[in-house]
Amino acid sequence: MPLTRLILWRIFLGIVTLFLVSVVVFFATNALPGDPATAILGPRATPQKLAELRLQLGLDRPVVARYGTWIGNFATGDFGQSLAGMNQPVSTVIGRRLYNSALLVILAALVSVPLSMGIGTYTALKRDTKLDGGVTIVTLTLSALPEFVVGIAVILLFSTQLFHWLPPISRLDPYQPITQQLSVFVLPVLTLTLAVLPYIVRMMRASTIEVLESEYISMARLKGVPESLVMRRHAVPNAVVPAIQGTAMQLAWLAGGIVVVEYLFAYPGIGSALVDAVANRDYPVIQALCLIMASVYVFLNLAADILTILITPRLRTGLR
Amino acid sequence: MTPMDTAVQLVPEGPEIPLVAPARRRRREWVSTAKTAWALRRSKIGVILFVVILGIAVFGPFVAPYSPTEFVGKTFEMPNSVARLGTDNLGRDVLTRVLYGGRTVFTLSLTATVVGMALGIVLGMFAAYSRRVVDEVVMRLLDVLMAFPMIVFVLLIVSAVGTKPYLIALAVAVASAPRIARVARGATLEIVGRDFILASEALGVPKWRIMLTELFPNITSPMFVEFGLRLAYSIGTIAALSFLGFGLQPPAADWGLMINENRIGIVIQPYAVAVPVLMIALLTIAVSLMADGLARAIIGIDRKTGVE
Amino acid sequence: MSEVVLTVKGLRVELESTGADIDDEVDFTIRSGEVLGLVGESASGKTTAATALLVHERRGAVVSRGEIVVSGKDVLGLSTAELRKVRGGLISYVPQDPSMSLNPALRIGTQLMEILEVHAFGASKEEREERVRQMMAEVLLPGDKTFLRRYPHQLSGGQQQRVAVAMAFACRPALIVLDEPTTGLDVTTQAHVLKTVRDLTHTYGVAALYVTHDLAVVANLADRIAVMYAGRLVEVGPRDTLFAGASHPYTRRLLASVPDLSGRHALRGIPGRAPLPGRRPVGCSFADRCDFTTDKCVEAFPPYEGPSDEHRVRCWRWQEVGAMSTAADFVPRSASATTRDGEAPVVTTRGVTAFYGPHEVLHGIDIDVRAGRCLALVGESGSGKTTLARCIAGIHPGTIAGGIRLRGHDLKRDSRRRPKPDRQAIQYIFQSPYGSLNPRCSIAQILSPPLRTFFRLSRAETERRMVEALEMVSLDESLLSVYPDQLSGGERQRVAIARALVAKPSVLICDEVTSSLDVSVQASIVELLVQLIDETGVAMLFVTHHLPLVRSLAQDVVVMNEGVIVEVGSVAAVLADPQAEYTRNLLADTPDVDRRGL
Repeated sequence: MPLTRLILWRIFLGIVTLFLVSVVVFFATNALPGDPATAILGPRATPQKLAELRLQLGLDRPVVARYGTWIGNFATGDFGQSLAGMNQPVSTVIGRRLYNSALLVILAALVSVPLSMGIGTYTALKRDTKLDGGVTIVTLTLSALPEFVVGIAVILLFSTQLFHWLPPISRLDPYQPITQQLSVFVLPVLTLTLAVLPYIVRMMRASTIEVLESEYISMARLKGVPESLVMRRHAVPNAVVPAIQGTAMQLAWLAGGIVVVEYLFAYPGIGSALVDAVANRDYPVIQALCLIMASVYVFLNLAADILTILITPRLRTGLR
Repeated sequence: MTPMDTAVQLVPEGPEIPLVAPARRRRREWVSTAKTAWALRRSKIGVILFVVILGIAVFGPFVAPYSPTEFVGKTFEMPNSVARLGTDNLGRDVLTRVLYGGRTVFTLSLTATVVGMALGIVLGMFAAYSRRVVDEVVMRLLDVLMAFPMIVFVLLIVSAVGTKPYLIALAVAVASAPRIARVARGATLEIVGRDFILASEALGVPKWRIMLTELFPNITSPMFVEFGLRLAYSIGTIAALSFLGFGLQPPAADWGLMINENRIGIVIQPYAVAVPVLMIALLTIAVSLMADGLARAIIGIDRKTGVE
Repeated sequence: MSEVVLTVKGLRVELESTGADIDDEVDFTIRSGEVLGLVGESASGKTTAATALLVHERRGAVVSRGEIVVSGKDVLGLSTAELRKVRGGLISYVPQDPSMSLNPALRIGTQLMEILEVHAFGASKEEREERVRQMMAEVLLPGDKTFLRRYPHQLSGGQQQRVAVAMAFACRPALIVLDEPTTGLDVTTQAHVLKTVRDLTHTYGVAALYVTHDLAVVANLADRIAVMYAGRLVEVGPRDTLFAGASHPYTRRLLASVPDLSGRHALRGIPGRAPLPGRRPVGCSFADRCDFTTDKCVEAFPPYEGPSDEHRVRCWRWQEVGAMSTAADFVPRSASATTRDGEAPVVTTRGVTAFYGPHEVLHGIDIDVRAGRCLALVGESGSGKTTLARCIAGIHPGTIAGGIRLRGHDLKRDSRRRPKPDRQAIQYIFQSPYGSLNPRCSIAQILSPPLRTFFRLSRAETERRMVEALEMVSLDESLLSVYPDQLSGGERQRVAIARALVAKPSVLICDEVTSSLDVSVQASIVELLVQLIDETGVAMLFVTHHLPLVRSLAQDVVVMNEGVIVEVGSVAAVLADPQAEYTRNLLADTPDVDRRGL
């Protein structure tokens, strides 16, 4: 069955990519110039302290052997001990935060994907009108802005003198149900949405225009198919396919976008945790978080690949 | 001598088209592209904005009223006659620090983009022209690097090698290179399949020479646009890094760092945050507008010359 | 006489932005059961005029004047809802490229049912399904569930086109517009599609407009022929009348540039280029290329008149032109090209077998290419003809076995590993001049690499050789500083030929070099190639899928099918008395113009 083989092959490639990602993470934090022990303790540390830490980190063993142990532990869910604060297990440090971040990203995706796909399709239909031109300029401008600039603009607008509506920082109270703290999410979700939206809008607009210009759309019209049916049956299903890959990329980008956005709003997720960890040279945490964030990309890409194969007859039937 | 001369002539024959000399003059392509781009309002706005902000960054320090580290008042004062844009978290003049704070963003992002472009174009062209297995392997490996969101990848490198400015530029370059390589590969792939490449190969022209003289000139247009886009991203990433506290270290004056230092006072003294944010925003918008204008001009021109 | 189904009067289609005319003053009628062939070269506005009948304009174009009446209905005055009913119901359309025109995401059964559903054909689903099966049978395709559940990409090109034809006839339209439906199909498939179209139009009494660039295709199919030039109909008339003696100079020149199997005449191209929309003159558009031009032709737009209602011409001097014998249009083949005999072969292949990846695409090929002669390599797509040509040129990317010899010594497989004299001796000209010239290089930069590679020349000498090569292909030396996109397709192909000539080759391989060009340009390129063989004594390997073309320039022919040679011989012998069944079928399926009265 060629379809199953194709999908299994993609999954295999995804696993290979994940393995290489882990290699990059590990060697970036272990083999690049610079001694982790000195980096952690600072230049004024005593040689004895340094030696102790090196032993604790296992720096006396060869790099490849250390990678083996590390990835082995990782696979069994043991992410090591955090070097900062109370030397908690990494899993304890990031567990709750992972959940918070996932919540934020999913909320942002739920808002931005349907909204931007809708806008993209609509502007493609209204191509070359004033509205289309306006949306194009807005998306062009928005896509140029770094996410922290968007975030600060949002804060300046909604949390300072202008309108004092919403909290400028988004601290979650762990003892209260999420549903009672929804106002906390508004600004971060808005920022992430504004950051992702322009790309998906442009992509969806472009792919819809391409489909609308295609000969089979002309053919459907020349067959006398009503315009609503042309859109529903012929245009949209074909326009969504190329947008899937791009949307997956953008959702994966959200995994990076939360680094800045969580830091800006002081939201307790893995993004702000990564910033803290980098500041503290907390390598076990850095390794775990980078690996998680990169896996999100690999996973989403794989999902988009498989979805594309499943909804494209030419790929699905595997002929020619 | 026309081919007709061998046959019985009924009517005099000329060349296939009557030659019109002026229309066939050798044209300078870049001039015409630039002109088309300049005719678009968005490119004009982009260029003007860019020049203004570049001017502020370059000449700002010469006109600044104070030293960037001089204390001119209390912390977080609103704009007044002493400090036109108020003071920052330590009581330094915001205007002065804005005027001083642009240079690093420009130099670092330009360096990062140039290095990233060079790496990316070489890799992308190499992969596309090598075709098949080499192409597949190179792109898979680059895919691994692309799995990291830009900022995460840069943070990973910074955590290992430190926050020296040139290392930040290099980290951003390395993080951009795979993405640029992908675009360069796509652009090259469209060209490698054309017959003129095969024609050169049949002549026995060496591969490196074909890459340099046949492939590269045909991907310069998309790569120029890519340069603009990447520059905007580099500016954003480098400013974000400063904002997160991993760029220039205090007491340096830098737009990103200023936002970080002053955001706790955003409710009392918004100018200390808003003005540097505005500078970064305008700069990235300017670069994007220029890139977009250029892209539109090139598409217009390519449409004219397009393959049928 | 049967009733008139379609009447077009004074149709003008223009670009919305500039008001430039794509089509103007288009007048014609079609009766039921009649096929009108609308013939024109590229950019003549034929497709625009045809799709205007369905009130469908490409982006930016608009019908600005005229009248289109189909079965008493004024089509241009219809509301959107009425128009929807007319499209696919009263008037249907068969597209140029079915692989692009069928929705890739829908099964063909769904797409066939759709047209019946939207036009409420038949009372029930069962009736519609029955109609689908009936249509599939009429276009000779299986109508079973499994076949109907296929997606377009699971069908061959010919099958896709037949599905499109079935769709067009499904709702029993009064008028059917066929837009170059067989372009891109092999001759065998084309013959089947043409036969289906002819049978169905006659059976159902449908009026058909068949748009094509290929006069040979409509020569057997159409009852009447309309010739389009620069957005105007220049001549409309019964097929036999037109072939026996057309009254418009353009029609006559066009006919003279079409290669035919009899091969009694040398091909003659039409010099010059058709004026583009927006640059069309006040007077006759053909005036600057015409042999009969007078001051009147330049000053005033010619009237549309003719010997009868059925035959009308847009020319001031149609009476004189029509009265002239057609013999004046043709030039007999020069004797030298057909009788000259070569000495020892320059290139020989012995048992050449070639692979694409693991697939063997050539199986043991032996050919001889001789100096001063042209060997035509003929076959349909997938026959391996181009692969063989590329093996000889050293640019086939896969594995090759067997012997390829140049003047008796073995050639290396890869051109890069061949010594300089070998690379210089064999020059290759590609199919499309749009892809084979680097758009970023001036003509001088395109012509100089071979000179730099093969000869050590001074600057002045390089320049001189380039000018000389341009002269050989009838191009002016001022073109040296020009870029390819400033040239027409024919000029570009001449530049590509010049690039081969500067190397002073002993073998010239031409790979379908005329297939992307209009017939009138093709004719002048063929003239050029014939002349080059005569003058330089080069050995030519001419790869083509088009049999009539073989007659116009080759002395020897090799017919290939599926990677093997099915027939070898002199052109005259093979075309007159083909031995292989494959060649016989190919000949029978090849549409040919019948030059009556000659």
